[in-house]
Amino acid sequence: MTNTIVVAYDGSDSAVRALEFAVDRAKHLNGSVVVAYVLEWSPYQFLTPDEIEQRHKRRKEELKRAEEAVISPMIAKYADSGVPLKPVITYGHVAETLIKIVKKEEAVQLVVGRTGQSNLSTRLFGSVASSLAQSCPVALTILP
Amino acid sequence: MKRTLKRAGLMPLLFAATATPAFAQSIDEKINSVFASATGWFVNLIFSPFPGTSFPWIVAWLVVAATIFTLYFGFIQFRAFPHSIALVKGDYSDPDDAGEVSHFQALATALSGTVGLGNIAGVAVAVGIGGPGATFWMILAGLMGMASKFTECTLAVKYRNELDDGTVSGGPMYYMTKGFKERGLPGGRVLAVLFSIFTILGSFGGGNMFQANQAHAQISGVIGDYPGVITGVIFAALVFAVIVGGLKSIAQVTEKIVPIMGVLYVGTALIILLMNFNMIGWAFGQIFAGAFTGLGVAGGMAGALIQGFKRAAFSNEAGVGSAAIAHSAVRTKEPSTEGFVSLLEPFIDTVVICTMTALVIIITGQLVADPETGRYILTEGGTIQTLDGSSGVALTSAAFSSSFGWFKYILVIAVVMFAFSTMISWSYYGLKAWTFLFGESKGAALSFKVIFCLFVVVGAAASLGPVIDFSDAAIFAMAVVNIIALYALMPIVKREVWSYLDRLKTGEIKKFN
Repeated sequence: MTNTIVVAYDGSDSAVRALEFAVDRAKHLNGSVVVAYVLEWSPYQFLTPDEIEQRHKRRKEELKRAEEAVISPMIAKYADSGVPLKPVITYGHVAETLIKIVKKEEAVQLVVGRTGQSNLSTRLFGSVASSLAQSCPVALTILP
Repeated sequence: MKRTLKRAGLMPLLFAATATPAFAQSIDEKINSVFASATGWFVNLIFSPFPGTSFPWIVAWLVVAATIFTLYFGFIQFRAFPHSIALVKGDYSDPDDAGEVSHFQALATALSGTVGLGNIAGVAVAVGIGGPGATFWMILAGLMGMASKFTECTLAVKYRNELDDGTVSGGPMYYMTKGFKERGLPGGRVLAVLFSIFTILGSFGGGNMFQANQAHAQISGVIGDYPGVITGVIFAALVFAVIVGGLKSIAQVTEKIVPIMGVLYVGTALIILLMNFNMIGWAFGQIFAGAFTGLGVAGGMAGALIQGFKRAAFSNEAGVGSAAIAHSAVRTKEPSTEGFVSLLEPFIDTVVICTMTALVIIITGQLVADPETGRYILTEGGTIQTLDGSSGVALTSAAFSSSFGWFKYILVIAVVMFAFSTMISWSYYGLKAWTFLFGESKGAALSFKVIFCLFVVVGAAASLGPVIDFSDAAIFAMAVVNIIALYALMPIVKREVWSYLDRLKTGEIKKFN
């Protein structure tokens, strides 16, 4: 068993608190933190021909933005904390993908903020945090 | 601001049209006669029959091609069918590529360009003229067409153009130029230019005017007759908002509703078939009997065959080259995978959806037969007498409504949505052909889009006859050029696909899920 903690990070205020909490925990455990940024994406969503043509370009832009504007500043902020931070940026269903990352990294804990970048569908169908509460295979901490 | 402009531009026109219906009506007639006389020669050329017969050479052209591809690739459409399903399910998708266009998305988008009026109106036209037997030939053409579609989509991905910014442009015009050069064959450029011209015409015809025309027929059937110009202007404004204004919300709403409509349509058809399950055997009996004897339809067996083949080709567009443009934009390391996925298209479109429509029309007894001879009663125009004298969409509507009265309203929404999504798809195909000819500049693109919108108005205003003829002719002209290129390039596809299948067998290409 490693002492890895996965934290879901999307740049929102509660995600900032979640990351702070995770780094603090990892320090006590002498462990490391995986900073996971999952961009919501369904392979079954319908696209127009124009969107299909643009998709590869958009994906590159989205990944670059996620890396430069969201993840890198946070990695830099905790560079001196003594806790190793590993960024993971990927696409998928947010809750399912977080669980996949937890399993792959053999993490002991998952930390998420209660409200991420919410949109209409999360308001209708429940948030990432609540679906994780139902299905997360390791200890789950939800930060307000 | 765009919205205000649109409203400001639209209102006076709408007002003028509604205030003076007589004036608008005469515009309709004028557009109609100018249109018919301008396009007649082209239609005659494409549909001219073999000397001494009534069999149009173009139909033979498509069927012979589909047969050759089927044999050349060893019945690939049946052998690779399970693998195609696995690809669409994402079994072979690398999770690291998440966020790229999936095979499912490529298929869905290509389908939303082909599933539409062909499946609703086209089938009714085929069965109305060719009788139930037309269904048999339609299914056969659909099954064979899977091999044509497979060939063209594999090539389109292999020879697409990738621009520096990561966007891609592909389609038959690119495999014609690049593929011919690679094989050292002459004439690739000439074919590509011809194909592009026909694609532009096809995008104005079947991909646009036919759609606007039938959408208008449906709406006026429900709310009462009114000048087609009005529907045309409204549709043109909506299309303009999407393709010029980049108004994504309209496109997104359509893209979400179209699949729901498709499922609702097939679902309702299935329910009607289940309600009459004791007649399904009889219906297939009619289909088989009609396929070889004609059951008294005009032209006998040949009449049924021509109608079936024609409508299948118009509905699934196999061999035409249009879907190749849609599929080419997908990112995949293996061009063959896109070919495998695309062969599901004629299957879903023709073998499943078209057959459903035909069965519902036959089973609900829309076609009037002489009770004594069992042969169909023909009208003066050579079509089969229907219960209420309707044809085209109205015939399908009557068939579905005989079981569920409310279905005609659903069908109106479905037709309008299908028409709209087909227009959006074809505006893209036409645009790709246009930019191939005139270069990838913003001005060139805008000029095409504006002309495209103008044709929406023409299509809604013209009567069905000349429009449907021209639509078919332009789309089949694309197939003439495309299939020549497919013959020249099929050895390349074979090499590509055989290598892929070998690697699949040895496990070099692995499953992820």
